Amino acid sequence: MGAAQKMVEDWIEVGPLDAIPRLGARTVKSGQNTIAVFRTRDDQVFALDDQCPHRGGPLSQGIVTGCQVICPLHDWCIRLEDGAAETPDEGQTGSYPVKVDAGVVYLSLTPA
Amino acid sequence: MIKKLADQKQDLVVIGNGMAGMRTVEELLQLAPDHYNITVFGAEPYGNYNRIMLSPLLAGDKDVDEIMINTPEWYEQNNITLYSGDPVERIDRQRRMVHSKSGREIPYDRLLIATGSNPFMLPIDGKELPGVITFRDIHDVESMLEASKEHSKAVVIGGGLLGLEAAHGLHKQGMDVTVVHLLDTLMERQLDGAAGRLLQQSLEQRGLHFRMEAKTERILGKKDKLLGSKRVSGVRFTDGSEVKADLVVMAVGIKPNIELAQNSGLYCERGILVNDTMQTYDPRIYSVGECVQHRDKTYGLVAPLWEQAKVCATHLANVGSGRYVGSETSTKLKVSGVDLFSAGDIIGDDDSEDLVFQDPHRGVYKRIILKDNRIKGVVLYGETGDGSWYFDLMKAERDVSDIRDRLVFGRAYAEDEAKADAGVESLPDDTQICDCNGVCKGTIVETIRSQELTSQADVEKQTKAGTSCGSCKDKVGELLAATIGADAIATVAAEDKPMCDCTTLSHGKVRAAIREQHLLSATDVREALGWDRADGCNKCRPALNYYCISTFPAEAIDDSQSRFINERAHANIQKDGTYSVVPRMWGGLTSSQELRAIADVVDKYDIPTVKVTGGQRIDLLGVKKEDLPGVWRDLREKGGLQSGHAYGKALRTVKTCVGKEWCRFGLQESTKLGVELEQMTAGTWTPHKFKMAVSGCPRNCAESSIKDFGVICLETGYELQVGGNGGVKLRGTDVLCRVSTPEEVKEYCGGFMQIYREEAYYLERTAHWIERVGLDYVIDRVVKDDAGRKAAYERFLESQQYIEVDPWAGRSSDSGAAPIEYVPLKEVS
Ligand code: SRM
Ligand SMILES: Cc1cc2nc3c(=O)[nH]c(=O)nc-3n(C[C@H](O)[C@H](O)[C@H](O)COP(=O)(O)OP(=O)(O)OC[C@H]3O[C@@H](n4cnc5c(N)ncnc54)[C@H](O)[C@@H]3O)c2cc1C
Ligand code: SF4
Ligand code: FES
Repeated sequence: MGAAQKMVEDWIEVGPLDAIPRLGARTVKSGQNTIAVFRTRDDQVFALDDQCPHRGGPLSQGIVTGCQVICPLHDWCIRLEDGAAETPDEGQTGSYPVKVDAGVVYLSLTPA
Repeated sequence: MIKKLADQKQDLVVIGNGMAGMRTVEELLQLAPDHYNITVFGAEPYGNYNRIMLSPLLAGDKDVDEIMINTPEWYEQNNITLYSGDPVERIDRQRRMVHSKSGREIPYDRLLIATGSNPFMLPIDGKELPGVITFRDIHDVESMLEASKEHSKAVVIGGGLLGLEAAHGLHKQGMDVTVVHLLDTLMERQLDGAAGRLLQQSLEQRGLHFRMEAKTERILGKKDKLLGSKRVSGVRFTDGSEVKADLVVMAVGIKPNIELAQNSGLYCERGILVNDTMQTYDPRIYSVGECVQHRDKTYGLVAPLWEQAKVCATHLANVGSGRYVGSETSTKLKVSGVDLFSAGDIIGDDDSEDLVFQDPHRGVYKRIILKDNRIKGVVLYGETGDGSWYFDLMKAERDVSDIRDRLVFGRAYAEDEAKADAGVESLPDDTQICDCNGVCKGTIVETIRSQELTSQADVEKQTKAGTSCGSCKDKVGELLAATIGADAIATVAAEDKPMCDCTTLSHGKVRAAIREQHLLSATDVREALGWDRADGCNKCRPALNYYCISTFPAEAIDDSQSRFINERAHANIQKDGTYSVVPRMWGGLTSSQELRAIADVVDKYDIPTVKVTGGQRIDLLGVKKEDLPGVWRDLREKGGLQSGHAYGKALRTVKTCVGKEWCRFGLQESTKLGVELEQMTAGTWTPHKFKMAVSGCPRNCAESSIKDFGVICLETGYELQVGGNGGVKLRGTDVLCRVSTPEEVKEYCGGFMQIYREEAYYLERTAHWIERVGLDYVIDRVVKDDAGRKAAYERFLESQQYIEVDPWAGRSSDSGAAPIEYVPLKEVS
């Protein structure tokens, strides 16, 4: 899986892996928060706050490549693994534990 | 996020919360927000304010709130402890501790002294009388305002910048003001006799009085009836004459405030001595502002302080390589209606020459002091708009021989021919080059040097300058050339430039390979051509996708994940993550039914903004992504509307004017032709957006001459124009040819568009494509080669068979459930 598996208790089932396009993302809404769940070419999944550290752009709408997403608003490049911006930009957005079990994606809302 | 632990932080104490000290702190926070625990002591009981604005405050043009820079809340938000109204009285350098008047003892690892300066008081009798004040802080202004309410006569001693601004302010507050000056010229350090006299005349016309060449001997006082104690009553001069006064403002100069530093054993002369890194003789102690003496100079204006603050901050942040090397200063007088600018050496010497322009009637005077064809000083009176231009030329020490004959007439006259040389090199380091991303010249030059960059692309990537609107790209290029030398720049002809970091192949090579090897998807291309990254990047992916679908419209596999979000969602993303919806209105025509349908969706979906666009369409802005399919369904069902492709690298709009159908000048049916052109081309993908217009006569109301393809109707037919571009860099169209019938217009349009579609690089507008390949080439292909044009037109029509005419159709909720990409995967409570 993406982020190293930790001891996580509160897994929430969010849906089948196939519902997320490869090299794409879907969102999960939790109250005021929106979390972007990404799927890479090789079916790794990652979850980040759907908010670019630059000016809050919705990362779920960006272009996914490798283990990075490019924000749709001003092209910042954000690492899927930990939400950090690649240099020369600086900043980091929140990330969450996710896992895939038997084709089903699970997410924890306790920030990684 | 990585944060320093609190106990790793060092303690920085700042003495003086004035302009230089707090600017340094602001710069420091930008560089290293977590490096220090910051404590600031200020003798005045406020946050930090803009001292320069005391003059407008006195004149009643500003109020106290407006001149505040940082409020106490700002200090709180930035975790800065502010002790205002509590001056530091002693620095214990052995124990590294400061002691304040109220008894606070605060330790420091580093200390910044920014105590500014004190106004100078003439050592004459009566100077301590109530009613005798200086002009330095808010308290002084308050006293002056109070006095102006109760008293009527004021004397200002000193005809320099401060004195004149004080006099002007008091006069505006209704006082009768006399300015006393020791010499025969006002502001003699900044102005020559001619300009000084113009200034005096103008101020006299406003009602100020002057006593020139007058030396004040003593200040007179008498018992105030109300107070019962003595108060100022006038001044007496050495020639025995007297002037009455209820208020005397001393504005005869300032002296660096060095007492505290001196008492703590720091080496001082006129000011606290600092080196180029703004350190005093004790390397833990820094100093900036009017209190310092650097390379034998002290300053009394803010511009040098900004530079000092910047340098000091980098050293405090431990990222310092910058050095302060001294500043040239310029002066403006802040008296509304008096335009005056002065910089540099305005006296000159035997070797210097003066260029003078004088128009007494308009009250304009300009003098430029040259030496070896370089500007040494400038005095401008009456017309000062070019002040900063002269100042930049002066600081850059530019040889002005080529524009000498026009120099005094100002930039507009001199520059036409000189523009090329007076480039960015001459600008100061803190000049913002990229306004979108806020990148200064200094940062760019510094990045080029430290990372040893040689290509413009790398400079843009590392600094972000030029990566937003692109209008500063030329300046970035000039800076690169100026920094490493034009010869050293790694230039690659556009033809050979790699597409992106994933490959060494150029756009042209990739296009050719796609055609030759019959590659049908972006993934195939990356595999066949040995891409470095399996997924490619956001630069190459959309390009490869476009190349495949434009080359093999019937067979290529369109990869939606390789498209930018706008083309994926078929709507334009906005800054807040909502989308805009622009329905197609053919040729700019609409109907009551369409408008009704639009009005209804606006109400139903609570759409916040409805705007008429620059391309004659209606834009619905602020639509939530989840609502898009529903909005589209309603627009389709009720209004018969379809997607306007306002989001695509695609045919955008065909703008038309009313033409022969209605207009008394119309020569052909321009609206009809526009509609037909739009119907023929809508839905096509192009390397960049493609805009058209048809104007009914050469008056050109549809602005055909800045479109990718523009038509101007003539009595006898149609003039076709190509390669126009509004936008970042204006380019008027080139005339392609004239034709006689609407059918020909369509054939030429389709042929031109198809050749552009097949041959231009991705994200190359027609304007740039034509600049690259040359107009002759385009005329050869589209006009001279009849068979070639017809064939291209055929290919265009053929590829239109495969387009999705209305992308809304498949995606709106009329076709069952909305596609998954528009709705969240899950909502959890
Ligand atoms: C809506 C509109 C402004 C308006 O309220 O009137 C507009 C809005 C945008 N323009 Fe524009 N442009 C609009 C007319 C223009 C015009 C005027 C015209 O078309 O007559 C120009 C200059 C003419 C030209 O293109 O040559 C124009 C030059 C640009 C440029 C600079 C293009 C260039 O080559 O320099 C961009 C940036 C780009 O495309 O990369 C841009 C980009 C944009 C984008 C797409 C920015 C973005 O990526 O989000 C804006 C989308 C807002 C939205 O969601 O609707 N817009 N834009 C206009 C829509 C026209 C239409 O009816 O479809
Ligand atoms: C009316 C007026 C108009 C001006 N107009 C212009 C202009 O148009 N253009 C221009 O460039 N410049 C102008 N200036 C000059 C400009 O304001 C100064 O150059 C600038 O403010 C100097 O900044 P500084 O930080 O060195 O000093 P200051 O801004 O004076 O800050 C020093 C601060 O330190 C405090 N302090 C002193 N001793 C202690 C202590 N022991 N403990 C704690 N705090 C202490 C002082 O109270 C003061 O608040 C003007 C000045 C005045 C007064
Ligand atoms: S609509 Fe066009 S001009 Fe206006 S802000 Fe957006 S891009 Fe700039
Ligand atoms: S908001 Fe993401 S790059 Fe600006």
